[in-house]
Amino acid sequence: MSSRGVILGRVRRAIADVRQDDTPYGQAIDRSYLREHGARSVAETVDLLAENLADYRAVVHRTTDDELSELLMRLLAERGTRTVLVPPELPSHWLKAVDATRVHDRAQSTPAELDRVDSVVTACAVAIAETGTIVLDGGPDQGRRRVTLVPDHHICVVHVPDQVVSSVPQALERLDPTRPLTWISGPSATSDIELDRVEGVHGPRTLEVVLVSGQPRAEATS
Amino acid sequence: MSGTFVGMPAFPEAAHEAVHNATLRGNLRHATHTIRAKRAKAVAEVSDWAALREAGKQIKDHTLRHLDRYLVQLEESVTTAGGTVHWAADADEANRIVADLVKATGETEVVKVKSMATQEIGLNEALLEEGIHAYETDLAELIVQLGKDRPSHILVPAIHRNRGEIRDIFAREMSEWGRPAPEGLTDTPAELAEAARLHLREKFLRAKVGISGANFMVAETGTLVVVESEGNGRMCLTLPETLISVVGIEKIVPTWQDLEVFLQTLPRSSTAERMNPYTSTWTGTTDEDGPQTFHLVLLDNGRTDTLADEVGRQALRCIRCSACLNVCPVYERAGGHAYGSVYPGPIGAILSPQLRGTQSEIDASLPYASSLCGACYEVCPVAIDIPEVLVHLRERVAEGGLTTRDGNKVVLKPAKGHAAERAAMRAARWAFSHPGALRTGQRLASRTRRFHPRTLPGPGRAWSASRDLPAMPAEPFRDWWQRTQGGRKADSK
Ligand code: SF4
Repeated sequence: MSSRGVILGRVRRAIADVRQDDTPYGQAIDRSYLREHGARSVAETVDLLAENLADYRAVVHRTTDDELSELLMRLLAERGTRTVLVPPELPSHWLKAVDATRVHDRAQSTPAELDRVDSVVTACAVAIAETGTIVLDGGPDQGRRRVTLVPDHHICVVHVPDQVVSSVPQALERLDPTRPLTWISGPSATSDIELDRVEGVHGPRTLEVVLVSGQPRAEATS
Repeated sequence: MSGTFVGMPAFPEAAHEAVHNATLRGNLRHATHTIRAKRAKAVAEVSDWAALREAGKQIKDHTLRHLDRYLVQLEESVTTAGGTVHWAADADEANRIVADLVKATGETEVVKVKSMATQEIGLNEALLEEGIHAYETDLAELIVQLGKDRPSHILVPAIHRNRGEIRDIFAREMSEWGRPAPEGLTDTPAELAEAARLHLREKFLRAKVGISGANFMVAETGTLVVVESEGNGRMCLTLPETLISVVGIEKIVPTWQDLEVFLQTLPRSSTAERMNPYTSTWTGTTDEDGPQTFHLVLLDNGRTDTLADEVGRQALRCIRCSACLNVCPVYERAGGHAYGSVYPGPIGAILSPQLRGTQSEIDASLPYASSLCGACYEVCPVAIDIPEVLVHLRERVAEGGLTTRDGNKVVLKPAKGHAAERAAMRAARWAFSHPGALRTGQRLASRTRRFHPRTLPGPGRAWSASRDLPAMPAEPFRDWWQRTQGGRKADSK
């Protein structure tokens, strides 16, 4: 018999004592846990996102759509970035003020080539306020998973409040499981040496998150 | 089966050694107390913790009750998404499958992301016999691998090493494996992490094959989930051309929605964070993004035997968060190595004897590696009643009875002569001559009182099997033990 048959046979014998229960799965689990923790206004949810991102050592900036390009230029210049990775459909006006050389990730590019790029700028799919998490789903404004992994500096742009949800349950509702997802909560870290947290091991050691609101800054509600 | 550390002394002897190693104990104590306090804070942040814990338990129990159905569904969805599914009944078969898959790529090097399942089956050693070098990329695993050492904790496997030891290991061994440690390496954690980053980066960038485990597999979508901190997981999951994931059959959850429970409870229970730095999910293969070939090896290796045990099967709910290790007074004293398995601490004490059977001395003694204080049960995010399973396994060791090995029902003989009793006595002598190991937990002892009237818990269980025992007094077991020298002196209270 194949091992598949062997294992399935063992499983069936192992659970032979269990009473037949045909409750549909949707009703089988008591899901009385909360969909989100606490009641917050939209502005407060965005504030919580900013706070939790910063708590896990992401550098948080807030700006408006009009001023985004200026801000990105400044952030990249301050970092001394000469080359910046750009996902295929990053809105072109985001980088219009940026001097650094654009690098595109092609399917044939090798990881070693990406390793020589200074920074990467992407959008995101959703951001979670309660946990300070941004989620990438490989959309055309985010690029392949590796572009946000190999370079040492990642700037991620989040549209607020549209892309912000409160909680993990709400994020999963918005996400498409068939896409490869990367959930990021702060820069990579390790606590393997005497439980001392050290930021930045293999992923980007610097994570900057730019929260962009549609309206001019003066009218922002937060 | 593999996974037993060969020549491993039974728990009491191994623990005895550990207790006398001051560095080890100091490191462990610092570590477990630090995480313990952080975890309590992270859990207190979510007001619905009890409901999340209950839902997690129910999801896992439901899955186990219908495991055949969900395994078949998972196989279909992974296959539809472009992956290939393999089934491995035991460690040898899993190792053979992986070795053949690697050889088919023509590669002789693989990068690995920390995985309990591949440690359990001894994959690295098996691959080496086939001429394939497996590089561990988790910082702690790297420390363990370079130090030719064994892991001692689920989450922080090098918890028994302090920074000075790590510096020495890096300075001495890195050049053997690839890029040497930087000149003048000091023992600051940041410098050590940087040395690991540089050493491993060249391996990631050229790796063609990655090997992983998974924290969860979603049956309805075929999605696998890896939860990590350092980014070495992302490297292994996305840069290579071929990805091979070895995952225990109990890691299934039925639906995508179920992740909303575990992605809240796992990070808070393990690293005591609201969310761990990186979580990767993937469903089969994605065109032009990540590995273009994906193999999933579904591993039994004693899990179906565990599933056949009505009391013991709850151990399969475990999501390997390691919270139970960090609160365990016995683990804190004895250290992870004493458990003689890749699964240390309270979960190891109930999982290893079930996955491997209770024939060996170490596995027969593991159910006694506990004071039954109940702290492990309190913190477990899937509510595994570890004390209940421990008592059940003690009964099995002492009295024998019906169990399942390799899918067959077998009747175990009671442990020969008074072997179990002797093991129990040794464990007891160790534990009770170190009352500090137990004091922390004693206040919780009342929670296990439901076990007391019929059978004497703790090391005395084997004892009570062959002697009439007075009704369990309400006093703490430790006090009772010391007062009566384990029942040998007349109970004169
Ligand atoms: S038994 Fe519970 S607490 Fe221990 S590692 Fe498993 S899930 Fe975590």
